[in-house]
Formats: sequence, structure tokens, C-alpha cells
Amino acid sequence: MSQKTNIALSVNGEQVQASVPARLNLVDFLRDHLGLTGSHVGCEQGACGACTLSVDGVMVRGCLMLAVQADGANIITVEAFGESVTGEQLQQSFVEHNALQCGFCTPGMLASGIDYIESGGSTDRTHIRKHISGNYCRCTGYQSIVDAIASVVEGRNSLAVETKQTPGAEESGTSNKRAGE
Amino acid sequence: MSGPLHKFDRPNSYIGRSVVRPDAKRLVEGQGNYVDDLQLPRMVHAAFVRSPYAHAKIISIDTSNAKSVTGVVAVFVGNDINSQVKPWTATLTHLKGMRSPPQLPLADAVARWQGEPIVMVVAQSRAIAEDACELVEIEFEPLEPVCNTEIAAQRGTPLIHPELDSNVAWEREVVAGDADTAMQGSDITTLERTFHFGRHTGVTLESRSVVTEFNKSDDTLVFHYSGQAPHMMQAVLSKHLQLPEENVRVVARDVGGSFGIKIHTYGDEIATAVAARLLCRPVKFIADRLESFSSDIHAREHRVHGKIAVNKNGEIVALTFDDVTGIGPYSMYPRTSAIECNQILNLTGAPYKIENYYAKGTVVFQNKNMMCQYRAVGHPVAMAVCDSLIEDVAHEINMDVVDIRRRNLIADDAYPVTSATGMKFNELSHHQSLDSLIAMMNYDQLRNDQKSDRAAGIYRGIGLVSMVEVTNPSPMFYGVGGAPIAAQDGASIRLDAAGALHVSCSVTEQGQGTNTILAQIAAEVFGVDIDRVKVTTGDTANVPYGGGTWASRGAGIGGESVLLAAKALKDQVLDVAASILQTSADSLDIDAGTVINIADGAERMDLGELGKIVYYRANELPPDIKPELIATRHYRVTDYPFVFTNSAMAAHVEVDVETGFVKVLDFWVVEDCGRVINPKLVDEQIRGGVVQGIGGALYEECLYDDDGQLLNATMADYLVPMAAEMPDIHILHVETPTTTSNLGAKGAGEAGTGGAPAAILNAVNDALRPLDTAIHQMPMTPERILKALYPDKL
Ligand code: FES
Ligand code: FES
Repeated sequence: MSQKTNIALSVNGEQVQASVPARLNLVDFLRDHLGLTGSHVGCEQGACGACTLSVDGVMVRGCLMLAVQADGANIITVEAFGESVTGEQLQQSFVEHNALQCGFCTPGMLASGIDYIESGGSTDRTHIRKHISGNYCRCTGYQSIVDAIASVVEGRNSLAVETKQTPGAEESGTSNKRAGE
Repeated sequence: MSGPLHKFDRPNSYIGRSVVRPDAKRLVEGQGNYVDDLQLPRMVHAAFVRSPYAHAKIISIDTSNAKSVTGVVAVFVGNDINSQVKPWTATLTHLKGMRSPPQLPLADAVARWQGEPIVMVVAQSRAIAEDACELVEIEFEPLEPVCNTEIAAQRGTPLIHPELDSNVAWEREVVAGDADTAMQGSDITTLERTFHFGRHTGVTLESRSVVTEFNKSDDTLVFHYSGQAPHMMQAVLSKHLQLPEENVRVVARDVGGSFGIKIHTYGDEIATAVAARLLCRPVKFIADRLESFSSDIHAREHRVHGKIAVNKNGEIVALTFDDVTGIGPYSMYPRTSAIECNQILNLTGAPYKIENYYAKGTVVFQNKNMMCQYRAVGHPVAMAVCDSLIEDVAHEINMDVVDIRRRNLIADDAYPVTSATGMKFNELSHHQSLDSLIAMMNYDQLRNDQKSDRAAGIYRGIGLVSMVEVTNPSPMFYGVGGAPIAAQDGASIRLDAAGALHVSCSVTEQGQGTNTILAQIAAEVFGVDIDRVKVTTGDTANVPYGGGTWASRGAGIGGESVLLAAKALKDQVLDVAASILQTSADSLDIDAGTVINIADGAERMDLGELGKIVYYRANELPPDIKPELIATRHYRVTDYPFVFTNSAMAAHVEVDVETGFVKVLDFWVVEDCGRVINPKLVDEQIRGGVVQGIGGALYEECLYDDDGQLLNATMADYLVPMAAEMPDIHILHVETPTTTSNLGAKGAGEAGTGGAPAAILNAVNDALRPLDTAIHQMPMTPERILKALYPDKL
């Protein structure tokens, strides 16, 4: 138990070196060792999604991964979600739509939302609901979270239409249609 | 009191506007301050060895191996902690005859529920503390557990507390009119049902969390906790750790959900405070999810047998029921565990004219985790029992379920009204709300569609509920019975030298947006932009004395105290301004942070300038002007014991008769919570509440076996509503402001949870009706629905 392993990783763009017990999970490492307390722990068994964060561009459960497994990885937590365009838009949209009450599920919800948007998800509410169904929220009833995600997707779609429309008006018909799908 | 002080309806009023929560940005950027985020120098971590048995004698405890683990700071057994604590007893004098034995933090001689803390280990990390817990050896002698509420009170059942003569904690009977006689008669139709409500729990995403600091030099304790009622907790800690109240500070910063779960006295949290005092270093206790399920209070385990009688016009002539509920081995302190049953006795049938009423409640001890007040206390049971009986009997006499409600709901112009159970109602709008619901959901169209769906083998149902919610309680709820629970709240508001307002208020924030609406009220009443208002809540060292947040009182009571304080401060500021400007205060007003002339709106003086004169250049003021620039006001409800709200809700569901699954297709709510301060926040309270109610109706149950073992204490096994199963929820408001306050706001936090189960139950039974079966047990799991459908096969 006391056996420690040296790890080196990038966390929110900062190089970090640490010596960690083998059994320490990633989210506890981030919270207790690095003071990045934005990621939350709700169940420690992968069920609630509160600890979801980005490891090498993939959204994972911080409670199901050991800190030693993150050796060499590039980690982004909620504290730095705002540095990506999607992250910033979604954070803003969460505020506007009141997509959080207590805020405890929010880091994980944002992570799943970013994942959905970046993987090209549509404004279809059923799809959004399915995608965030690994994230538990006791407060909101989910509707405002769905609204917040849908509104970012919508904003992007209309932006895509505009940028396509400006240079070549002849293309607008098709891009309009695509955006409306 | 009557009539609004202010024209809240003026254009650009902050009241009635969906202002964005100023603290939301912090939370989406990962900058929250939850208890577990707190790291203090020399802080150590607690874990508990808990009883694996529901009922067992503790023969011996060997902690020597645990103590020898490197990193373990202390191992405490029962007496180590208990000897430092004055026992607590959870009874209230206004609940006549109620009893519950004294309690202490750790089980000593006998453990009475699986999950009861027995040994506390304190170590350098939680992981080490857990390792050491594994090495504690306890010899038990198992005793026969009493789990089944129906037999707990019977003679011959083992006694959970041998010093009491039975396992009964409390009983009450309510009698109004003569139900027996009213149920006789040839034109009377009666209908009886037995309802079972499963235990469920709050499942706050942030578990119960405590960090306690003790300073030996000045004998002070700081209790950082994730909770709703800091002053109550201060009183509890003071009394039971025997510290002067002023030496105890309770701080609740960001709280990751509470819902009533975090408003009680938990042995493990008290033990954490004791350990900090014994060790003179900060101790952190963060419940893990298993501990949450087995020691956070549960709620709603009720068996209700109810009977309704109507005449041929569909008028209810009598309602009777008896309720048996099990609360675990003790009553929870200091609110007691009899309130849920009491609410059911008081509120069943509350929306309707019922003259003949009989209700009996029996609250028993059992060897399961304790039950107490969780969001919408008693309402889900009360509303489901009455509205299910009403819909069932309506079908019995071939009357539409909307029609029967219209014939029985108390008329909107009949108030004030005192119900058969003695509840005083005023300013409710059941009829208007129902009418508005029917229009919103397109009821007639849905009924038509239902017929064609049935012909096509699709079983869809529509279910309604008309309900009341207890909000804005007066001292008649708890204080009257001797609990250290304030029903009044206070607000202080001060103007700083830069012209900004600082509000501190004794109600608390758990994500509802309390701080936001307090800021809206202060900004509107005083006359500044909302971004110049800073709100502090959740710290006994920094806010006026008050009850905190429970029973949907934050807006109605906390909000009114802010309104009164803002008005008082404004009067003061205008006096100062009048003196500086050599005019009369009556001719001035404040708008957007500037003192203006009422007559022509001309700007006279910026509040920042006024602040600077008062604070820095007071030599410019006449000597008889002694400005305070701070005002404090307290408020409590005096005219009524409670200020009730009402709502009408409807659910549309589809039952898959092959799998037993229920899909909630749609849900509608018309809510009358008086003056709406922030429509968006109110709607979100209702939505979140409805989803918790749907959880209780369809999925959630703490399952125990006959030995009192909790079988599903993980988030993978205890099913909570997830996004994919939930519908969008449509909401409309009727606004009947309460005249008990200037603000006119009633509470809105619990109606969704209180009403949704009834609507879902009725909708499921409406779907099942053509198949000649019904279910009256919650949660309505697929298995139970299949059993109702195919009783011979399963
Ligand atoms: S804490 Fe990782 S999924 Fe719940
Ligand atoms: S906002 Fe509280 S759990 Fe989602």
C-alpha cells in the first residue's frame, strides 16, 4: 500500500510530476494532491459521472482510472474546459439556461456535453438525453441541461450556415438543409 | 399586513424576471467550495466501522490491530466518544405521547440497524482509516431483527428498546364529522384500497460531509458542513457537546444537494466534532456512497389503507384511512420522525371539501435505517392516497376524473377555509389551476387519442392530481414542540462606501438560487443594479439568526426579511441624502444606484458619493445626522401556521404490457406559489421536484431483506431517474400572492415531488384499466406491473 510510483503528466497544460500510491485513483490525485477540486466524486464506482474528465481527448471516469495509469497522459479538467471553444460556449450556455442547481454534477455534465457536441451530435433532444444518461443529476430534472447542450449545437449550426453562405451564395441551399437536419 | 409596498409589476422590475444566477459561473468553472474541497493544516480523516447486523448485541471490540496501522491517529469506541456527548432525544411536545429513547453517536451495547456506526477510526488519509477499519474486530451476538412495520407493533414481536413496552413510537387519530354514518346509504358508492409506499432516500450527489476544527485556546468549534440549517446545527452542537452556543460556528458553503437529507443530527457527524475536540486538530468525514445509502435518512415507508365514499353526484361524503409507518430504531433529532405521518394525517384530501374524515396514524420502530423528513414530507403519500381513491371511484360511478375534481375542489372564492383536519387555507386557486392544466395539456384530445391507441393495443394513461404544499411555516411546525428550530429569519443589508449593497441572510442556498432571489429583492426594493448586490448566507458568524432552508421557506420568509431590511435601509439612505441635498426625503427615490427626484426623475446623487461622504467626509454632515447605512429586519409568518400553495399536475404514460415498463410521455404542472420572483428558478425547482417524484413513483426503493440487510446500497443498484427516461416538463403559473407578507411569495421547492407520484400512479392505473387490473404500490416497477397484469403466471 505504501508502494509509490513516479508519474509525469500534463494537467490543464501544466507539467506535473508526482510520486503516488498505486491504488490512488485519478480524481483523488487531482483533487487531493493537485488541489484541482473542480472534479467531483459522487460514487467512486463509475455510476454517477460526476468525476468525468478528459484524458488524451477521451472523456473518462476519473474514479475508474488510477493515477499511475495517467502517466504520460494529457489531462483536462473542468477548471480548463473554458479554454476550448466548445467548453466555453457550453459553460456559458449552462449559466444562461440554469443547467445547474447545486453544481455537483456540473463538471461531469459539461464533460459529457462537450463530448456530445464535439462528436457532431445533433439538436435531437432524445439523442442528447441518451448521451448524458451516464451522468446523474438530482437537482435539475435534466431538461435545462438538454436545453443548454441543444442551444450550443444550434448556435454552431447556424454559424456554419452563415459562414458557408457568405463566400458562396450558390452553396447555401445545401448547407441550409444540412444545418436544419 | 396587506398590499404590496412596491410595484413589482413595473417594467424592468427585478421581481418576476428570470435573472441569471450570479454564482452559476463559479460553479461551471469548477470553482465551487464544497466541504470535501477544504484542506486544512494537520487535518485528519475519519472512517467508521458500522454494524453489519440489523440488530445485535456488541459483546467485545478489539481495536489493537487497527491502532497499530501506520498513519492511524486514533481509534474510538463507543464510550470514548459518547462520554463526551449529552444524549439527544427526538420527541416534540406537540406530538402528544411520542417517545424515542436517548441517542448517542456510536452504538455501544446494542446495534439497532445495519449501518449504525460503532467504531471511529481517524487517520492521515481516508484510505488508511478504511484499511484500519478492516482490522477492527467486533464480536456480535445477533438478535432477532424487527423489520416488518405491520407486525412491529404486535404483541410477541421482540422489543427494539426493552425499556419501552412496545415498538410504537407515536399514534394519532383525527376525527371530524361522522364518517361511518356518512358512508351508509343507498346512493353512496364506497371504494377501498391498500397502498404501499417503498422507502426511498435523497441520494444527494454530494454525500454528507463535515470538517470540524476545534481551537483549545479559546474553546471554539467550527463545523463546516454540507447542510441547510446552520443555526439549528449550532444549537444542537452547543447543547450536546456542552459548549457555549457563541463558541460554535457552523458554516455551509456550496452544498451539493440536500433535499432535507442534510438537516438532521447524524451520529457520525457529531462523532467527527467530538474527535476534533479530543485531538485538537481538524477532522474530515465524507460519507462514501455505501454510508450514504445506509445512514442518510430514508423516507416514505408507509402502508395506507384508505376508503372513500361519494354520493351519486360524485361529491365526497367521507374519507377514512389508517397509516402505518416504520421509522427505524429511533426518531431522528431534532425534527423527529413522526412528522411525515403527521403530515399525511393533516394533508390527505386537503384540496377538497370533506366534512367526514377519520385518519389514524401509527409510527413504529424497526431495525432499519432511520426515516425522517425528505423533500415534500408526507405530501407524496397524502396526495397519492386521496387522488388515487378519487380517480378510482370516479370510474366506479362513470364520471370523468376532471369532472369529479371540479365537484369537490374547494371554490377559489371560498377562502379562508379550515379543513376537516384543522388546516387553515387561504388564497388558493385549485379551480383556476385545474382549468389551466386541462387547457395546456389538451385533455379532450388526449382522451380521444387514448381510445384509438387502445384499439391499436397501445396502453396509454392520463393521471391527474390536485394538491397543496405546506410552505412558509410558522413556529407551529417545530418551535412550538421545543425544537431549536427558528421559524423566523433575518436579513442585514449595508451600503458600502462604493455604493454597493451587502446582504446577509439566514436562509441558505443549496442550488435553488436562493442567493439570486435575495439579490433580486434587495436590488428591486432598494434601487440598485443587481450586480451591485453581494449576498452572504450559510455562516452563523456572519448572518442574522434564523431557521435556514426547509419546508419551502427561503423565498417567502427569507425573501420577506430582505424586503423589509432593504426598505428600512432605503428610508435611512434617503434621510441622509435629503440632509446632504437640503431637501425632504419624501421628494427623493433611489433608482439604479442613484438618488433621484421623484417629481422629474433628475439624478441628484450617486450612492457611491453618498457612501464616501458618510464614511470618509462625515464632517460635511450636520452633527445631528448619524447615519447607520445598515438595517436588519426579521420576519416570521404570524397570521397562519403555514402558507399553503396549490398545484394541478398531469402525467401521460405508456405501459408496455409485455415488459411492464412505464414510459412517461409527458408531464404538465400548473403551480400557484404566489408571487413569482424568478420564473426560471421556480420552474427549475418544479422540474427537479417532479423528477424526484417520478423517481419515487417508478424506480427508487431501499430494498431490505427480512434480516434488515439493505440489498441495493450502490448507485448502480438503487435506480434514480436518468436523463433518457425523463420527459420535458411543461409548466404554467397562476399567481395568487399571499397577503401574509409584502412580497407575496410562497414556497415552490417541494410541490413537484409531492404531486408527481400521484399523477403517475393515476396515469399507470388509467393505462391498465382496460386490462382490468391496477397497482397501488410504489415504486411501480416492471416486475410489480407484470404481477398485476399476470397474477397467475408470476
Ligand atoms: S465518482 Fe466517478 S462515476 Fe461517480
Ligand atoms: S445540479 Fe445538483 S446534482 Fe446536478
